[in-house]
Amino acid sequence: MHPVIQVSALRKTYASAVAVDEVSFEVNDGEIFGLIGPNGAGKTTTLECIEGLRRPDRGKITVLGLDPFNDLYKLQERIGVQLQQAQLQKRIKVWEAVDLWASLYKKNAMDGERLLEQLGLIDKRNAWFMTLSGGQKQRLFIALALINNPEVVFLDELTTGLDPQARRAIWDLVRGIRERGKTVFLTTHLMEEAERLCDRVAIIEHGRIIDIDTPENLVSRHCPQRTVVLATDDRTAGEHFRTIPRVESVICSDSQFTIRGRSDDLVTEVIHCLSENRIRVTDFRTILPNLEDVFLKLTGHSIRD
Amino acid sequence: MLRGLWKLTWIEIKIFLREPLGAFGTIGIPVLVFLVASRVVGRRLPPATLAASSFIGVGLPVLASVLIAVSAVVSLVTIISIYREGGILKRLRATPLRPQTILTAHVVVKLLLTAATLALMVLAGKRYYPVGIHVPLVGFTIALVISTCSILSVGFLIASIVPTARFAQPISVVIMYPMIAVSGLVVPVDSLPPVLQAVAKVVPLTYTVSLLEGIWKGDPWRAHAGDIAALAAVFIVCTALSARVFRWE
Repeated sequence: MHPVIQVSALRKTYASAVAVDEVSFEVNDGEIFGLIGPNGAGKTTTLECIEGLRRPDRGKITVLGLDPFNDLYKLQERIGVQLQQAQLQKRIKVWEAVDLWASLYKKNAMDGERLLEQLGLIDKRNAWFMTLSGGQKQRLFIALALINNPEVVFLDELTTGLDPQARRAIWDLVRGIRERGKTVFLTTHLMEEAERLCDRVAIIEHGRIIDIDTPENLVSRHCPQRTVVLATDDRTAGEHFRTIPRVESVICSDSQFTIRGRSDDLVTEVIHCLSENRIRVTDFRTILPNLEDVFLKLTGHSIRD
Repeated sequence: MLRGLWKLTWIEIKIFLREPLGAFGTIGIPVLVFLVASRVVGRRLPPATLAASSFIGVGLPVLASVLIAVSAVVSLVTIISIYREGGILKRLRATPLRPQTILTAHVVVKLLLTAATLALMVLAGKRYYPVGIHVPLVGFTIALVISTCSILSVGFLIASIVPTARFAQPISVVIMYPMIAVSGLVVPVDSLPPVLQAVAKVVPLTYTVSLLEGIWKGDPWRAHAGDIAALAAVFIVCTALSARVFRWE
């Protein structure tokens, strides 16, 4: 594994506002790397500096060994880009866009018709851009980002504004991009998306990177708590639960118990305790922390705020 | 640098023709106005009258040509600002397309449409012109292309600085149409008040009108070297300025 994108000490300001500062990270070959954070955190600015669309004030960026700003045209041959909230001409037809894009690259482009077929757009090849649904537009933008068979694909807020079903379909497509051996760099403010898709994520807030790791490692490092919620009529159950090793709290309301602890074995221990004491339960579920909780822990507020 | 230019130009032409009223508004209306005006003026005055023949013979074709060119500029400004606002310009720029290529494609589309409108007008106007009349059509076309390039560059400068697509059309109309008033097309420049004469001197349309009228009447190119130099200067200055201030998003 070697890095295909290297960013070190990136800084970019607009007028007097600092958009990003001291941003450093590396993206490895063949991984899906996510830059996650709330709106306005500096995700798009960072991405557009890497794509060569903006010039950084300070810092060094290398993509596939090239400087994005000075070797822009060389780099554009080798990367695929999807921009946030981009549009095409209202009345351009799907096949015309794919055909135009294919003609722009020096090396042999991919077969546009096959690409449309793979992305489920072949029925829409003669449709005007303005008549496509949100999901179809995004799939077209993915097609345009893939048309030159790029080594790195950049996706900015790919599923924003899509319904859950379209979102899932797009996730499958992004996984498909990785399976073709390409590196994917994406930004999102959806923690679920990052968790489902990304091999590694960088959390960014107020223009600074807070932490970088795999989603699993971030969760286990920052939010090691496990929670079991169960319902039982057994009045003595609370006593038994408190004897489980490394349990931090047992809260009882009506017949519902919430058991919190730090051990990875918490769930096993609770089940063991239930069977040993023959406690009859009517409901049992576990709550595992996710990236959303990690974000809350690291920044002190929810990503939705 | 030209990679993609022809394909993009061709697509933009097709997109333009798909616009409701796009083709009719830009090509049809000037031709219709020209035909109606020819009829009205031609009927009211006996054909022998000098005024009528000079208006139909020189004024009207030049007026129509200038209107076509100006409306091309207004539509260029509008399209560029809509494309900018919609993120289309930014999306195109994130490809190996050179910025010049994107903008050149739009200018080529407007030039072709101007040429098409002119050709239609010549065909439609044939019956109003005596068979014997001699018009240097090739020369006039070249003069019109030079003029259109020059005022398109003014349009580009406007397109570079208009804040949003909503303002694009009104602003370009407010800038372009008063130019027609002082250009010598309606009233000869010499009979304007001194202040407006000074304004006319810096308005590119004045040189356009002088060049087009002269060439239509059969003047030699030599006689209009000054007009061409002025139009070239406008083109160079406006292109250089818009290259500096043009915004992609």
